[in-house]
Amino acid sequence: MKLLRLAPENTKFGFMRFRRFSYPFSAVMSIFSVVMFLVVGMNFGIDFEGGTMLELRAKTGQADIAALRGIGDKLGLGDIEVQAFGNGTDASLRVRVQPGGDAAQEAAVGKVKSALGDNYEFRSVEVVGPRVSSELVQSGTLGVVLSIVAVLSYLWFRFEWQFAVGAVIATMHDLLLTVGFFSVTQLEFNTTSIAAILTIVGYSLNETVVVLDRIREMMKKYKRMGIADMIDLSVNAVLPRTIMTATTVFLALLSLVLFGGHVIQSFSIAMLWGLFVATYSSVFICSPILIYLGVRTDAQRAADAANPGAAGAAKAGA
Amino acid sequence: MLRFARWKVASILGMTLAALLVIVPSFWTKETLDSVVKAMPKWLPIEQVVLGLDLQGGAHLLYQVDSADVTRTQVNNLRDDIRRVMREESIPLSGGIGSPKDNPRVVQVLIPDAANRAKALTKLRALAQPAANPTTSLLGVAGAASADISVDPNGLIKMTVTDAAVNDKIRKSVDQTIEVLNRRVNALGTTEPNIQRVGDDRVLVEVPGLQDTQRLKDIVGTTAKLEFRLVSQPGANPADVETLSEFDKDGQPIANYPVEKQVMVQGEDLTDAQPGFDQQTAQPVVNFKFNIRGGQKFGEVTSANVGKPFAIVLDNKVISAPVIRGPITGGSGQISGNFTVESANNLAILLRAGALPAKLTIVEERTVGPGLGQDSIEAGKKAAYVGAALVVIYMLMTYGTFGVFADLALFVHIAFIFASLILLRATLTLPGIAGIVLTIGMAVDSNVLIYERIREEFKAGRSVVSALDAGFTRAFATIVDSNATMMVAAVILYFLGSGPVRGFAVSLGLGIVTTIVTAVTMTRMMIALWYRWAKPKTLPI
Repeated sequence: MKLLRLAPENTKFGFMRFRRFSYPFSAVMSIFSVVMFLVVGMNFGIDFEGGTMLELRAKTGQADIAALRGIGDKLGLGDIEVQAFGNGTDASLRVRVQPGGDAAQEAAVGKVKSALGDNYEFRSVEVVGPRVSSELVQSGTLGVVLSIVAVLSYLWFRFEWQFAVGAVIATMHDLLLTVGFFSVTQLEFNTTSIAAILTIVGYSLNETVVVLDRIREMMKKYKRMGIADMIDLSVNAVLPRTIMTATTVFLALLSLVLFGGHVIQSFSIAMLWGLFVATYSSVFICSPILIYLGVRTDAQRAADAANPGAAGAAKAGA
Repeated sequence: MLRFARWKVASILGMTLAALLVIVPSFWTKETLDSVVKAMPKWLPIEQVVLGLDLQGGAHLLYQVDSADVTRTQVNNLRDDIRRVMREESIPLSGGIGSPKDNPRVVQVLIPDAANRAKALTKLRALAQPAANPTTSLLGVAGAASADISVDPNGLIKMTVTDAAVNDKIRKSVDQTIEVLNRRVNALGTTEPNIQRVGDDRVLVEVPGLQDTQRLKDIVGTTAKLEFRLVSQPGANPADVETLSEFDKDGQPIANYPVEKQVMVQGEDLTDAQPGFDQQTAQPVVNFKFNIRGGQKFGEVTSANVGKPFAIVLDNKVISAPVIRGPITGGSGQISGNFTVESANNLAILLRAGALPAKLTIVEERTVGPGLGQDSIEAGKKAAYVGAALVVIYMLMTYGTFGVFADLALFVHIAFIFASLILLRATLTLPGIAGIVLTIGMAVDSNVLIYERIREEFKAGRSVVSALDAGFTRAFATIVDSNATMMVAAVILYFLGSGPVRGFAVSLGLGIVTTIVTAVTMTRMMIALWYRWAKPKTLPI
């Protein structure tokens, strides 16, 4: 049987030369993400904003979206966001957080339920009070920060500090771009999105570690090679694996996006985006940082010590 | 690399077989499961995977004990205690016992006479001390005063309820609330409700597979403080009277009553309550029985007040205010009011289970109907099957024979995840299924790392055996490093997430652990056995 090879064999791409394009590109994308986040903002779900989310299915025929929209004004609950999905039989209703603390949210649900009466089946009801939502914001932020710190320490422990810095910059890059993605697409951002982000962080580091591991190995093997060539050699060596794994994870995530149902769709889409970003950053963002931070092999360091003047020259030439 | 002890092969096969056996019951119907469980010895883990509320449908309600309510009760108790001390010591008060408006946690009393003040202070200090029960004293809370005492030059004694005392009371209130709610929810006849403390002052109520969440909320959220009080007569001191309303079935107020603040008999003196029908009017009513103390008290008060109305008050609402026709000394009675059959039934459940020590407020509600839960299961299954099939085919197409090994390892990997979920009694949620699908994509990463390394080493001129060996040893360090970072994310998610997200963390974490076992050890075994059998001169990848 002829086996399938997606990655070309024995590649010698000059990945490091490409940093002249990838760095400005990523910088622009990151700044754009921050601007989007600040200007447009995220579509925060009720987990973080508080409020009520109802999922309805019309008992007969189609859901009457216009009538559902009108309910908010009629009940004095403010603007109600209505979205149809499924085959037009289902709709989701989002009631903004009501003034008057936790008890007011429950009262709002009661009003909506009695107004819609027997025409709809309530498939899910979620009410998050203002107290819980602010706690969820705290624990979500804490989670992202903690995981980055934890991973940084692990990498610092296992690799030289330059590697850890590279990995963290790559991870921050992925994080920013994912935030930008949520802002541009206005996908709902809730607690499962935090799970998606932490998974992206995990995957991004997984990718980064594979590349860094190989660079470290090459540094022991080719003691006198310039760092840029060494990184190119390493990235090319792991390229078949990178493409292969990205493809299998892509296939798994694609089936989640297509068949996993609307409940986890934004979660799956975010992770799919994260897969692309993480694969890109492990090759084009993380490794070149090692050049800037002046990683040197033991042999080169010994040479530096013997001849301090040449060190600057070697670095500049890299 | 090639030497693989027989016992190792046997134990890997044994573990795989055990995992498959653990999973089998999850495919059975409830009836089959029950009959098999009965027939088999008890220690066997014949269990199905536990589905989260988002998959089986159900209600998740997070309540917060109202700390202001707890504090209020404590201040009231303190005030009653001070009044008792003053009466026992016959100390005259100038100005009564009250709380300043700006600090409701303070109770103050003015005793201008120095001798009396000294006498009172000794007693009050004793009152302020007994903060602890045996459990708190073990934790070092003992000795903390339940109230701080200060005296100003004019003889004004101020007692402030301490934080320690309030926190202690909240903790006890939560314990008591959990007990009461267990009795109430069990009376609804639901299966396996989960009622537990969350943090310091919250109670989580989870009821799977429930259709009528409104009824659950009515039953759980009602304080159910029942009081029998006299309706006040004209000429009573206004300070001893409050106006309470009676409501109809739709919650509209229909009448107001001036009711005495003093309580004749309380709900805690009831021993039983059952719904029934009034024999004359055929209206729904609640029949109740008093304990001995309550029966005597009720008998005394009704004997002394024949012809006057009394009010049956539930959570400061008048249920009804009948006139006492004659002494009621039998120790039992009937509550009539604007009941429906269901509300009479609910009240009976509430009275039997007892009142909550403090008001509860819902701070979070997540309810999933059984329909949506079933849809989510179907969607999750479909995504998992399609995802797994795509990955399996892709691995076969890329690696041929070695792809078969990787696919077999993948199959065992999924079996291990499910078996661990069942044995750990961890909950499978929809994000949990997503986590499993994700690990399907990631599990083969270890195989890919190994295979690509083997190819590389083989192309670099090594012999087949040497390439295989180098591939496994060199890829292993990378596999451990890359999975460790993923594990960090999973662990943090587990501790910070709740419900469905925690389910995701569990599947992800289990998936990472089993990956290392299956992708590394199992594949290696298969390749070793294959090599001994086929004796290949070249590698098929």
